[in-house]
Amino acid sequence: MRYDVVVIGAGPAGLAAATTAARFGRSVALLDAATRPGGQFWRHRAADTGAGHRDWATFAALRDQLSGVDYRPGSRVWFVEPGFTVHLEGGERFAGARLVLATGAYDRSFPFPGWDLPGVVTAGAAQALLKGQGVPIGKRVVVAGSGPFLLPVAAGLARAGVRVPAVIEAASPLGYLRGVPPLGKVAEAAAYLAQLARHRIPYRTRRVVSAAHGDGRVTAVTVSGPGGQRVIECDALAIGYGFTPQVELAIAAGCETRLDGDGSLVVQVEDGQSTSVPGVYAAGEVTGVGGAELSLVEGRLAGLAATGQPLPLALLRRRSALRRFAAVLARVHRTPPWAGRCDEQTVLCRCEGVTVDAVNRSVRQLGVVDGRGAKLMTRVGMGWCQGRVCGAAACQLVAAGAGREVSRDDLLAFGTRPIAQPVTLAELAE
Amino acid sequence: MDGQGVPDVVVIGAGVVGAACAYYLSRAGLTVTVLDRGGVSGGTTGAGEGNILVSDKPPGPELQIALRSNELWRALGRQLEGIELEVKGGLVVTESQEQQEALRAFASGQAGVTATEVTDVRDYEPHLAPDLAGGMFYPQDMQVQPMLAAAQLLRASGATVRLGVTVTSIEPGRVVTDAGVIAAGAIVNAAGVWAGQLGDVPVLPRRGFILVTSRQPELVRHKVYAASYVAAVESDAADLQTSPVIEGTKAGSILIGSSRERVGFDAAMSLPVLRLLAAGAVRLFPVLKQVRLIRAYKGFRPYTLDHLPIIGADPRVPGLYHACGHEGAGVGLAPITGKLIADQITGSPTDVDLSPFRPERFHVQL
Repeated sequence: MRYDVVVIGAGPAGLAAATTAARFGRSVALLDAATRPGGQFWRHRAADTGAGHRDWATFAALRDQLSGVDYRPGSRVWFVEPGFTVHLEGGERFAGARLVLATGAYDRSFPFPGWDLPGVVTAGAAQALLKGQGVPIGKRVVVAGSGPFLLPVAAGLARAGVRVPAVIEAASPLGYLRGVPPLGKVAEAAAYLAQLARHRIPYRTRRVVSAAHGDGRVTAVTVSGPGGQRVIECDALAIGYGFTPQVELAIAAGCETRLDGDGSLVVQVEDGQSTSVPGVYAAGEVTGVGGAELSLVEGRLAGLAATGQPLPLALLRRRSALRRFAAVLARVHRTPPWAGRCDEQTVLCRCEGVTVDAVNRSVRQLGVVDGRGAKLMTRVGMGWCQGRVCGAAACQLVAAGAGREVSRDDLLAFGTRPIAQPVTLAELAE
Repeated sequence: MDGQGVPDVVVIGAGVVGAACAYYLSRAGLTVTVLDRGGVSGGTTGAGEGNILVSDKPPGPELQIALRSNELWRALGRQLEGIELEVKGGLVVTESQEQQEALRAFASGQAGVTATEVTDVRDYEPHLAPDLAGGMFYPQDMQVQPMLAAAQLLRASGATVRLGVTVTSIEPGRVVTDAGVIAAGAIVNAAGVWAGQLGDVPVLPRRGFILVTSRQPELVRHKVYAASYVAAVESDAADLQTSPVIEGTKAGSILIGSSRERVGFDAAMSLPVLRLLAAGAVRLFPVLKQVRLIRAYKGFRPYTLDHLPIIGADPRVPGLYHACGHEGAGVGLAPITGKLIADQITGSPTDVDLSPFRPERFHVQL
């Protein structure tokens, strides 16, 4: 089937892009891997009424407008061909004159001893389980990592009756005040902090979870910080150091990328969310992590641009303001470099069983100078997840070993996945 | 290690060929500096399967050096650690009696190559399709992890390795780089697919894709390829040719090739080519149908018009030696190339006839 616009991803950005394009009479396909629209931000259960969700009214309105869109849940994209043909697992193809990539982001992880224990999950996974299935990951859950996302995760768990012994934040977010954030965003953070206080959840800054302990399942974590180390008992740990944008489809489509302020590889976009490839637009976290409100604005802009509409100045200004705030957050939550404090024996790449030490040795002994070299020599990031979990950490190790900052090329070596999802050879052979 | 002074030899290229040159030059007592604009194995070496084949070589000069290189690899396998050298043998399969007869005739001409005719290929590979006509087993064929092999050759060589240094031009007695001028007694151009541009020799890219599956229990024991592969390797056509080549790796993934296209340095993934590769693989190994592909990558083979490598001194530039143009056989031919270059630079006698590989064979006299 051929459409005017094919949108990939039905989170805030993709929903906004698809519904905006449809409003101007274009035929629009909206492809999303999940079973319900909303992305990670509005992940919900079938009978959800919106309680505990933010901006649910916005979501409900977007969902109502999906009647004008060919919305295809459960669509797993594994290849994008020029021109543009989007290939789904199962053999279906969607051709579009314009392509909007709103593929979002996933948790950024940095390994530590015990990170592979059952009960240790990413902050995003904990949130997804709670929002998507109403299931808290434990009864006593430490929330750790860095970034504003830890606050809603902890607050959500507490509301569900979970005991949260502490939120462990690596950065020192008092730095918020040094930027010039829009007031609404600060109020949002303040509201979450008030919720934590109400549930008597301590918010510990400049500290990291340096190890998880347990025999067969996590039973405690070690927290390290300026005052030394402390062990906190728990039955689960939700940990995340910000997000990694999902850029592989954009890279496969040939889009130019850049390094963002938070150290992530993101898609380079101009006004109207246009990428370096004519006809391809990108919106939301894939252009730089900035939250749902920014994603909505970018999605609208992409929808307008993809249908040849003028771009309202107010919308462009709003995007600039939200981007500035995102840049402040990125600066504030810039975590201390993990490469200097990681344990050598920790398994970095769980798919291929590659340790931190193996990557360090490849730099010292085997002539590895970049991310790609580390993959070739050690198999780090070569397994089932294709470096989604370990890529950021592996790049840090290699860059530190080479005495430089992580480069765009390092991240490209891990973010380049022309086969975006594993696909059977029978299906490919068809 | 040579930290200071003028090295006896500067080798341009830290792929497997450059690494082998550094290894044999160092063993001959020369001081060596290896330069690469990227890291070790960053070019075609890092995009290959690590083939060390004699089975696919028709009688002729390439087969002669391939047999010598095969011996050298076996010795290196004993001397170097962690290169994952597997003496597993190659199985060529045929799909018709005509093909089988042609293969038999081909093998009978391969002097020095051990080949055993196979009537039931499933004795060797239980998961092969039941309707194949037959095949030929080549016990000398091997596989190595090429990136690690290059790295370990360099380590063992003790050469000074300078990475991230781009050579911009070669002059008698020195190379000009983005990090300054480096003087050298001799210069070896082992720049792989970029050797043509750098050393003014006719080396061009021939693109290939490889599919990589998720980890599997041992489904494919040998290197297995269709008899049509030899024709594809030897072909002079610019357009796409594919021929199934399937092998397991020590890491458990299965590698699926092969495609050949002369499309310059076009890096775009071509879905039609990937589909042909997958189709070829499941035709030979139906068991692979439900196995998942997790990755695909491309590389550029450095090929020459007569499909023979360029090995030897360049008569136009005193002190310049070429070690390039190995097409898809660079891993297999790396040790003999390094050895021959070392022999030439040190003036040691060799019993290999180098004339088929000499750089000036392409020169047109005006």
